Amino acid sequence: MATEIRNTIRFLLNDRLVELADVSPVQTLLDFLRIDRNLRGTKEGCAEGDCGACTVLVGRLLGGRLKYESINACIRFVGSLDGCHVVTVDALAQPNGPLHPVQQAMVDTHASQCGFCTPGFVMSLYGLWMENPKPSVQEIEKALQGNLCRCTGYAAIIRAAEVISSIGEVGKDPLVVERENIATQLAALQDGRRVVIGEEAERFVLPASVDDFAAIFESNPKATIVAGSTDVGLWVTKFMRDIAPVVHISLLEDLRRISVDRDGITLGAGVSYTEAYPVIVEHFPQMRELWDRIGGRQVRNMGTVGGNIANGSPIGDTPPALIALGALVTLRKGARRRTLPLEAFFIEYGKQDREPGEFVETIRIPCLEEAVRFAVYKVTKRIDEDISAVCGAFRVTLDGRGKIADATVAFGGMAGIPKRASNVEAVLEGADWNEATIETAMAAFAEDFTPLTDWRASAEYRMLVAKNLLRRFYLETQEAGRVRLDRAVAVAVQGV
Amino acid sequence: MNVMQPIDRIRGGVHEKEKHESGHKHVSGTAEYIDDIPEPAGTLHAYLGLSARAHAEILSIDFAEVTASAGVVGILTADDIPGENDISPAHKHDDPVFATGKVEFHGQPIFAVIATSRDAARRAAAKAKIDYRDLPHVTDVKEAAAANYPLVIDPLKLERGDIDAGFAKAKNVVQGEMRIGGQDHFYLEGHISFAIPGEDDEVTVYASTQHPSETQHMVAQVLGVPSNAVTVNVRRMGGGFGGKETQANLFAAVAAMAARKYRRAVKIRPDRDDDMTATGKRHDFHVDYKIGFDDEGRIEAVDAVFAARCGFSADLSGPVTDRALFHADNCYFYPNVRLRSRPMKTNTVSNTAFRGFGGPQGMVGGERMIEDIAYTLGKDPLEIRKLNFYGGDGRNLTPYHQTVEDNIIGRIIEELEVSADYAARREAVITFNRENHVIKRGIALTPVKFGISFTKTEYNQAGALVHVYTDGSIHLNHGGTEMGQGLYTKVAQVVADEFQVDLDRVKVTATSTGKVPNTSATAASSGSDLNGMAAANAAQQIKARLISFAAERYGVSEADVAFEPNMVRIGSERVSFPEFIKTAYTARVQLSAAGFYKTPKIHWNRSEGRGRPFYYYAYGASCSEVSIDTLTGEYQVDRTDIIHDVGKSLNPALDLGQVEGAFVQGMGWLTTEELWWDAKGRLRTHAPSTYKIPLASDRPRVFNVRLAEWSVNREETIRRSKAVGEPPFMLGISVLEAISMAAASVAGYRIPPRIDAPATPERVLMAIERLRGNAATETTR
Repeated sequence: MATEIRNTIRFLLNDRLVELADVSPVQTLLDFLRIDRNLRGTKEGCAEGDCGACTVLVGRLLGGRLKYESINACIRFVGSLDGCHVVTVDALAQPNGPLHPVQQAMVDTHASQCGFCTPGFVMSLYGLWMENPKPSVQEIEKALQGNLCRCTGYAAIIRAAEVISSIGEVGKDPLVVERENIATQLAALQDGRRVVIGEEAERFVLPASVDDFAAIFESNPKATIVAGSTDVGLWVTKFMRDIAPVVHISLLEDLRRISVDRDGITLGAGVSYTEAYPVIVEHFPQMRELWDRIGGRQVRNMGTVGGNIANGSPIGDTPPALIALGALVTLRKGARRRTLPLEAFFIEYGKQDREPGEFVETIRIPCLEEAVRFAVYKVTKRIDEDISAVCGAFRVTLDGRGKIADATVAFGGMAGIPKRASNVEAVLEGADWNEATIETAMAAFAEDFTPLTDWRASAEYRMLVAKNLLRRFYLETQEAGRVRLDRAVAVAVQGV
Repeated sequence: MNVMQPIDRIRGGVHEKEKHESGHKHVSGTAEYIDDIPEPAGTLHAYLGLSARAHAEILSIDFAEVTASAGVVGILTADDIPGENDISPAHKHDDPVFATGKVEFHGQPIFAVIATSRDAARRAAAKAKIDYRDLPHVTDVKEAAAANYPLVIDPLKLERGDIDAGFAKAKNVVQGEMRIGGQDHFYLEGHISFAIPGEDDEVTVYASTQHPSETQHMVAQVLGVPSNAVTVNVRRMGGGFGGKETQANLFAAVAAMAARKYRRAVKIRPDRDDDMTATGKRHDFHVDYKIGFDDEGRIEAVDAVFAARCGFSADLSGPVTDRALFHADNCYFYPNVRLRSRPMKTNTVSNTAFRGFGGPQGMVGGERMIEDIAYTLGKDPLEIRKLNFYGGDGRNLTPYHQTVEDNIIGRIIEELEVSADYAARREAVITFNRENHVIKRGIALTPVKFGISFTKTEYNQAGALVHVYTDGSIHLNHGGTEMGQGLYTKVAQVVADEFQVDLDRVKVTATSTGKVPNTSATAASSGSDLNGMAAANAAQQIKARLISFAAERYGVSEADVAFEPNMVRIGSERVSFPEFIKTAYTARVQLSAAGFYKTPKIHWNRSEGRGRPFYYYAYGASCSEVSIDTLTGEYQVDRTDIIHDVGKSLNPALDLGQVEGAFVQGMGWLTTEELWWDAKGRLRTHAPSTYKIPLASDRPRVFNVRLAEWSVNREETIRRSKAVGEPPFMLGISVLEAISMAAASVAGYRIPPRIDAPATPERVLMAIERLRGNAATETTR
C-alpha cells in the first residue's frame, strides 16, 4: 500500500501553529507546555490524571464539527495532538487585559486559596460553560469530578460556576466567535497521511486509517497501542516504562464510529466514554450512574471503551456491565476479523484472548428486551472518580410465571478478571424470583469468587458487598422503597 | 499644605471582605510557584533514591547503572554532606538527610541523583542496586508497643483531681478503644526546592516551606556554614496544611548541597507518589479510654492513653501528641482526669504537623467518649454534650490547669440548634429510620474548642518589616508564609488600616529570612495573630516618628496629628499621605521599621503538666446529617450547618473560605482518606488514584456556613480577631458522629457504634454487621 507519510505533527497551541519533527513518543503535553514552551500556568499535581491541576482544553474535529474537551495534559502524549487545538489557561486573558468571565467569577467568589489547582478548575469550568452556560449544581459537580482542591471545600468554586454567565456572554467568547475559522485551520492540517516520527524502536506512528493501523500493527505486534492514554499515560509517568514504538489511534475517525440499529449498538474501540454517553444512556438508562462515575470528566473525554476492555484490567468500569449485557467484541488482525463474547476475551489476570498484532476494533452491545431486568452497581471508597472495590452487573429474565428464565451475573473486583458468577447464575436459573432464592444465591458467591484484600477493600468486604448487591438488585425489582442514596442536591439555604 | 476634604474610609481596611491578594494571578496562571521560576542556564535537577524496605541494613549499593544513565552529573550520599547528616527539628539527631547503614521506613531517602533534567535524574535514581538485609519491622501502634518499640520522645501526662475516687463514685463505667487514622496533606503543589549558589559559601534557596527560618538553619547545619550564608525565600506555597512545616527541610538541604557541590542552580521536585511516600503525615492514634459517669450522663472521671504512630523519628511528635491531650477534653469539664500520651516509634515515615496538630485526634477521642455515654444511656449525644460543657462554679479548669475564661460554646450551640432545626430533624431522622430498611440516616451536632498559641512558648513571637517609600507606597514583609490562607492579604489590611491608606498602596513581598530573621513556622493558626501584630507594631513605630515630626514642624500637639483615610490631618489641615511622606523624607525622618510581637500571658510547665499554654480559645459547632447505605456502607452528607467563631474577623470572606475548606478537609480525614500499609510495610495509598480526598460532589448536599459575627476576642489580639486556620478542621467530626448514629439505628441506638476512623464504606458496613449481630445477641439474652 502506497501510503503517503508525513514526518511532523502539527497542531494549534493557543493562537500559534506548532509543527514538530523531533518529539519523543513519551513526551507529555504537560512537560511540553511547561518545559519546552515555558507556558507555566498549567500545573502538575499528580502526573496520573487524577487531580486536574493540568487541565487544558483540546479542540478536535469529529465529523466536521469542532468540539473542545477538558483533558489531563499530564498523561496526554504530544504525539496524539496532530490536528488538534490546545487551549491553555495562559491564553484566556490578554496580558494586562480584563480577566475572562470564568476567571473573574472565580476571583469574585473567593474561589481560589493556594491557587495551585485553580488553573485546572478554570479550564474545566471554561469547557463546561462553553457547552452549558447555565449549568445546574449537579452538572457543575460532574464537570469537576476530575479536579481536586484541598483548600476551599469547593463551595466557593460552585458559586463561581453559577455566576459566570452573569459576568460574560458565552456567545462573545473567542473560541465561540472564532469556531469556524479555527475549524477551517484544523481541517487544513488533515492531509490523510500516515505520520511517523522518530526512528525504528523509538518511533511513534499515527496511522492514516484503520486499515493502515491494522497493517502497521500486524507487522509491528510489539508496538504499544495508545488510545486515550488514561492508562498507558501512567506507564510512562509513574513506571517510567519504555513503550515505544507507539501507535496512536485516538484520531482515527473510523474507530470512533457509533452505529445504532434495531438490535443493538456498535461502538468503535476508539469511542470515548463521553462520546458514547448519549447513546449508552438512551439504550441502557440503567448504566447512567455507572457512566457518570467513570473517572473524572477529563478521563471520560480521553478514555475509550475499547481501551477499558483491551487493557484487561480486573477492575475496569465497563466490562461487568457489558458482559451481563452479552456484549461481543470484534478483534482484527490485518484484514482478518473474529468476534467473540466479551467474557471469553478475559482469560486470566494479565492475559486476554488477543493474538500478537491483533486489536479490538468494535464492541457490539445487544439491546435489552423489555422483560429483562438489568442493573449495574459500582462500589467505591469515594463516590466519584474512584476505582471500584466491587462492581456488579445483573441481568435477569423472568418467565410468565415469576420464575427466572435466564440470569447473567458479572463482577469486577472479585477475581483476576471481570468474571461471571456461574454458580450464582445456576442457583437463580429456573428458581422463583423471591427472597428465598436470593438468600440461596447469595451463599453461592463463595463458590464463584475468592477476592483479594488490598487498599481498596478487604476480601471480606468484597464478598459481603457482592452478596448485598444481588439483594439490592432484587429489592429494586420489588419497589421496596428507597434502596439507593439520593444524590440530588437541594437548593442551598445559606444565610438562615 | 493643600487643604483636602476628608473621606469616609479607606478601601481594603480591616474587617473588609477583601479579595485574596493573588486571586487574579491564581486564575490566570501567573501566580508564580517555585517550579514556575525561570531557571538559570545550566540548572541541574536532583532526584531522591528511596528505600525499598521498611526496616533493613544496607549491605551495599551499586551505582554503576545510575552513573552510566543519560544526563547524570553525579550522586550525593551521606558521605557528601559537608556538615551534619541531620535535620531533626526536635534536635534529637534522629532524622538523617540520607540513611546510612540501615533504613527505618519504606521510602526513606538514601541518596540523590543529580542530572541535567528531572526526567534523567528520576530514571537514573531507579537504577541503583541496593542490597538489603531485612530486619523485623512494625508499622502499627499496637504492634509497636507489643514489640517493645521505644517512644520517640518523652510522653506527657495531664492529671487533675482523683480518678480512683471519680471511678469509685461513678454509677457507670465504660471502657473502650478507638483507632484514628492519619492523613496525607495532599497539598496540590508537592514539595519543591530550588537552590542557587552565591559567592563564597552563600546559597539562596527558594523552598516551598512554612518555616523558612528553620529551613535556613537546617540547610546551614547540613552545609556546615553559618546561618548568615543561607537565605530562604518563599513567595507562596500551593498548600501546606502543616506538611511543609518541617518536611521541606529535606528537599532544601539536598538542593543546597548539590548547588554548592556543582556550583550550579539545582532544583528538586519529587513525583507525587514519592512525595507521599517519603514525607510525613498526620499521626494515626490508638486511644484506650475509660470513663465514669452518672445516670444522667455527667462525667465523673476520665482515664485515657493516646498512643500515636510517630514513625521512625521524633520530628514534631512531642508537641503533636501533647496537643492531642490538650484537646481530649474538647468543651467538656472532666472533674477527675488522667490523660497520657505514648509517642510510639514505628517503621513508617516520621509523622509531622497537620492542621490541628494532634488536637483533632484528641478531640475525636473525647467525642467518642461522649458517644459511648449517650448510646449506653440511650440518650441524644447532644444532651450529654451540653450536660458536660465547661461552665459554672468549679467547672472551668482544664486537665492542664488552665481556666477557660472565654467560653462561648453555649451561645454557639444554642444558635446552631435553632438555625439547623436540630431537634425536629433528629425526630425526622428517627422516623425515617423506622420506615426505611436499606438507607439509614443520622444527625449529629458537635462542638469545637481549640487552644490558640504554640505550646512551646518561645515560638510565640514574630517580626515584620515595613518601608514607606517617598512616593507613599508601602512595602510590607513579615515572617509569615502564604499558603493560600490569605495571610498576606490580612496583614496588608492591618498595615493599610494602621496608616489609613487604601490597600492597593501596600505591597506584600515574598517571605525571606534575609528580611525578617528567626521567625516561627506559619503554623498553629498563629499567622495573622503574630504577624499582624508585628506588622502593626512596625507601622506604629513609623507613625510615631511621623507624628512627632509633624507636631514639631507645624507646631501642633502630637494629639493633633492624625492618620485619616488617605491623608494626614495636622491641626485643622489635611495633606495627602504621599505628600506628607515626601515632606517627612526631606526632613530626614526614618521611614522604615522592624516590628516585633510576642504573645502575652502564656506559660507552660510540661514536666508538671500545668500552666496557661493558650492565650485564648476559638469555638465553633457543626451539625451534619448523613444517609448511609446499609448494603454497601456507602454514604453521603445530606446537609451541614456551621457557626464558627473567628472573633472580630479581619476578613470575613477569607475566614469563611477557611471554615468551609477546613470542614471538608476534616470530613475527608474521617471518611474516605485512608492510609493503608501492606504486610511489607509499604504505604500503598500514595497517589490520588488510591488516596481519596473529598471532591466537589462530596461536600454536603446542603452547606450552610456562617461566622459568629457577634464574637469579639476578649484578649487584645490583632483587631480582636481570632485564629482560623485549624479550629474549623474539627467541625468535620459531626460527619463521623452522624454516620455513627445512622449505623447505631440498626441496633435501636442502644449500642455504642464505635466506628473507627476513617469511616470508610467498609468500616461502616462492618460496623452495621457487628451492631446487627450484637443486637441479635442482646435480644436473645
